[in-house]
Amino acid sequence: MFDPKVVRKDFPILERRVHGDKPLVWLDNASTTQKPRRVIDCLVDFYEHHNSNVHRGVYALAEEATELYEGARAKIAAFIGASGKREIVFTRSATESLNLVANAWGRANLKPGDKVVVTEMEHHSNLIPWQLVTQATGAQIVPWPITDDGFLDLEAMPRVLDGAKIVCVSQMSNVLGTINPIRQVADAAHAAGALVLVDGAQGVPHLITNVAEMEADFLAFSGHKMLGPTGSGGLWARAELLDAMPPFLGGGEMILEVWIDHATYNEIPYKFEAGTPNIAQSIGLGAAVDYLNDLGMEDVRAHEIEIVTYALDELRKIDGLKVFGPADPTKRGGVVSFWMEDLHPHDLATIVDTEGLAIRAGHHCAQPLMRVLGVPATSRASFYVYNTHDDVDALVAALGKARETFARGGGLPF
Amino acid sequence: MSLDDLYREVILDHYRSPRNKRHIDSGGIDVHRNNPLCGDDITVYVVVDATGVATDAAFEGQGCSISQASASMLTEQIRGKKVDEIEGIVLNFRKMMAGEEGPGEEELGDLVALKGVVKYPVRIKCAVLAWDALQEGISQYEKAH
Repeated sequence: MFDPKVVRKDFPILERRVHGDKPLVWLDNASTTQKPRRVIDCLVDFYEHHNSNVHRGVYALAEEATELYEGARAKIAAFIGASGKREIVFTRSATESLNLVANAWGRANLKPGDKVVVTEMEHHSNLIPWQLVTQATGAQIVPWPITDDGFLDLEAMPRVLDGAKIVCVSQMSNVLGTINPIRQVADAAHAAGALVLVDGAQGVPHLITNVAEMEADFLAFSGHKMLGPTGSGGLWARAELLDAMPPFLGGGEMILEVWIDHATYNEIPYKFEAGTPNIAQSIGLGAAVDYLNDLGMEDVRAHEIEIVTYALDELRKIDGLKVFGPADPTKRGGVVSFWMEDLHPHDLATIVDTEGLAIRAGHHCAQPLMRVLGVPATSRASFYVYNTHDDVDALVAALGKARETFARGGGLPF
Repeated sequence: MSLDDLYREVILDHYRSPRNKRHIDSGGIDVHRNNPLCGDDITVYVVVDATGVATDAAFEGQGCSISQASASMLTEQIRGKKVDEIEGIVLNFRKMMAGEEGPGEEELGDLVALKGVVKYPVRIKCAVLAWDALQEGISQYEKAH
């Protein structure tokens, strides 16, 4: 098992101080993670030594860049248990991957009256693309409710799956931390004749992910939430689905032969990679995958359960603080959203920022979920491999300071 | 940068005990605004009489202390003023939020307490939310009159 205090040393940004002399405490990992030296060096090395476009030039650098880019694809395929690198499409982000599925698969396959199931805990990025596509095709969105303790309501499953064409479900909620039972959902969805699209933006960085065991049909993931560069991410899909889908974006690279009024398309995954791809970022994501493999995803998960257990224990000691989502740390990821009585999350985030802590306040791109929870916003602390008990203690101390700031008596106007 | 500059006691007082926080169903100014970033949500109501005087002003909504205190102070500051005077207050408030020197306590009263927000750029949106609603309400009023 790795020691997060040692892991921290690999992340140069964690050395810095903010607001004068306050050590940075990074607790916004569900939004983006920091980058280890190895990933930063990889980007510098690419631009200093190998920068070239891929798949085109016949010169040495083009070959090197292509080899690095395709090597990263193979690493990612292996990381999520894909049967081959043909099934990995590089995209800019999980959001782009979800839009790819909604547009390429959705527009070709949805008809008026078809049902698209979207859970109430989805991020806007797995909801809005489906709103756009259902509005264009005449299909309809069916919400899948959640239970009071933050799980998918499995009793509602037969009802929502009845007549569904696709089920859009997060592997792990970015607000509640809930880990969804993807295999169970996929088995039931397939029995009902529906495909399953998994938003793995939160899950892939934190959980052991194996698409073969998941039995889903599409998995969108983000690179920058798993130590990789911003602008990296991807989509895994079954090869036969990718083969059958029309392209999403058109341009260079995705074609075979082009005439003025029509074209034939490249094989997968290149059919879905129009234009010069995010070459350096994708190679950097490969370096992040190497780093995570060296830590070991089983240990990444074990560390997360351990730190969330500690955080939940400490936060529950604070009067008037309510934590959302599952109570059992083994059923949730490293995301802890909470509400503190008499203190709006936005005020709270500002105050803890002055202590050097980066936490998130707001609706976390999940407004429908905020309505279900009955709150306008939440505060959210989210953990990763470099977070320690000290970070949790700093959070608890900063929350105390927030409360003190707001407890000042209503004295005279200044 | 001190937290006390941001969370002045007068702000906390307006947050804890908001003034004029109620619904007005007058057919006068009635504008809703929200800040999708953080979920702050404000509706500003102003009753304007035939002579162009704001005889009543109120707000409803939810959000952080800055957005709620700003709305509360807004209602106190504009009540009893003529619409063109209110426009001047809006302008002065915006100047203060832009960090411009000039408008002081004479023009802005309690609202000067919000000056500290300028040092927290991400929170300026919270402070001006109610003012955005008011400004839109005034321009709707002026179009109709």
